[in-house]
Amino acid sequence: MVQVNGDAKTEALIQVRDLCKTYIRGNESIEVLRKLNLDIDRGEFIAFMGPSGSGKTTLLNLIGGLDLPTSGSIVVDNDEITVISGNRLTEWRARHVGFIFQLYNLIPVLTAFQNVELPLLLTRLSKSQRREHVETALSIVGLEDRMHHFPRQLSGGQEQRTAIARAIVSDPTFLLCDEPTGDLDRASANEILELLNRLVEEFGKTILMVTHDPVAACNAHTTLHLEKGVLIESSKTECK
Amino acid sequence: MNGLTLLLVNFRRKRIRTILTICSFAIALFLFGILAVVNAAFYQGIALAGADRLVVRNKISLIMPLPYSYKERLLKVPGIDLVTFGFWFGGVYQSERNFFTQFAIETETYADMFPEFIIPPDQWQAFLGDRQGCIVGQALAERFNWKIGDRIPLKGTIFPGVWEFNLRGIYQGKRPSDDTSQFWLQYKYLEENSDLLEGQVGWYYARVDDPDSAVEVSRIIDSQFANSPYETTTETEKAFMSSFLKQFGNIRLLILTVGGVVFFTLLLITGSNIAISIRERTSEIGIMKTLGFSGARILFMVLAESLLIAVTGGAVGLIMAKLYTFRGDPTGGLLPAFYLSPENIFMGMTAAVLIGLAAGIIPALQSMRLRIVDALRRV
Repeated sequence: MVQVNGDAKTEALIQVRDLCKTYIRGNESIEVLRKLNLDIDRGEFIAFMGPSGSGKTTLLNLIGGLDLPTSGSIVVDNDEITVISGNRLTEWRARHVGFIFQLYNLIPVLTAFQNVELPLLLTRLSKSQRREHVETALSIVGLEDRMHHFPRQLSGGQEQRTAIARAIVSDPTFLLCDEPTGDLDRASANEILELLNRLVEEFGKTILMVTHDPVAACNAHTTLHLEKGVLIESSKTECK
Repeated sequence: MNGLTLLLVNFRRKRIRTILTICSFAIALFLFGILAVVNAAFYQGIALAGADRLVVRNKISLIMPLPYSYKERLLKVPGIDLVTFGFWFGGVYQSERNFFTQFAIETETYADMFPEFIIPPDQWQAFLGDRQGCIVGQALAERFNWKIGDRIPLKGTIFPGVWEFNLRGIYQGKRPSDDTSQFWLQYKYLEENSDLLEGQVGWYYARVDDPDSAVEVSRIIDSQFANSPYETTTETEKAFMSSFLKQFGNIRLLILTVGGVVFFTLLLITGSNIAISIRERTSEIGIMKTLGFSGARILFMVLAESLLIAVTGGAVGLIMAKLYTFRGDPTGGLLPAFYLSPENIFMGMTAAVLIGLAAGIIPALQSMRLRIVDALRRV
């Protein structure tokens, strides 16, 4: 279940309360998010839409612990991340969040296998355990036969699937996707969306996705529109 | 994969740039090594000077002689237990370019005065038994490929004529940096065959039984010969070597200046290369931080990369310098102990590490402090 009025019960996986984010540019202050409330249950697939500069990525960054809000709170799985800072926040992020970006952001000098293995270097897993995790993640995204290829040897869709494998390899609590299909052709985009759906349906992942693509948004359980710093829930029927 | 793999893939990322940076390190450290060798060769006399040896020379100039009779008077000075003397021979072997140090020595005492030179007893005895005998250092013997029994002719520049010597012994130094490029002949041979000596010696070495009393003993010696036709200047061997080297100018300052400029330039080159390399990877660093790599870990990675370049380049440069010294003194005798010591290798590597750290610290700190959202915005 997803609610944007702040009245939900406390069992929600992600609880955002009165979230404000203001950027200062010289003498000007730009209020990107205004007292935003949001509750997302486990296993939800949410799409955020809205015009450029509406604060979608900012919201994603705040929920992922990449940035700090001006005011308000974010509680994820009973951890209030807005009061955590420094190394503890870094550790929390490594444990709970998987990130997927529009431009894949793979390390070009590492193979697909090594890119996926990267987050596991921060864990106490042995080399063989790491290998097992990486092979599982790569097989989920259908790239087990490309694991020793470098990013330049992969297509855009394959690169994004590698990025998804990297995001899920440490079994995070939820995934944040910032325009994951934005740089792909329709066929590759559909493959990625299918994969994200599989992660939700088969593996019970919670996914928050920012997109400009209405087709991509229709794959989500719920689409939320962000306009002028406020969230508006849109009906699923808009997709039909 | 582990941290080392990450370090190595980044190291190989821009091969040409990495190789050029390593080369600049290698050349700088090679130069450092050679400068250190030259410095050590120039100042080795000071470093190796015996703490218990005094040099007594003519007050007017080192090239002015002293009377032979001073020996007995020196031995009567309280605190002195051994006296020996030498005279500069100044012969030419084949060509003037083949310069090397030649001393006419007092055979009875010279070896006792300089225990750092090791001569096999049978060779020493052979030298004593042959007026025309000579002893040479290992480096000098290797330089001219001399072997025991060889006959060595020297054309005298101070003592006219051609003087022939029989090589009776080859000495070695106890320490690698000991000067083994000297040529010793018997003072008596010179005295018997030249009218120029006339009971004179070039300088005296006097050994004091207590090094702490060296200054006081020096004062007593000089006061004893004051107001005589041959006034003396007495100083410790270290002070003598030091004042002797001052004739060449401030070599150390020159070396430090050249070395300082080279290292500063190297710092700028390396710092700039590492900064460019890190700036190119801003988004990757942002991604790594997103994945959970802490700022401290990123700082360590960048510094490790900088250090790897520095240590590799430094090691290559110092190995090249060491190999170069195996060819021996390239000046033909001006730098007898052309030797890169382990201390200088250690100093060179320390300098390389410090420059690596200094060059990497600013990009490393910038990477550590880089905000993820700023890094991702630069994609």
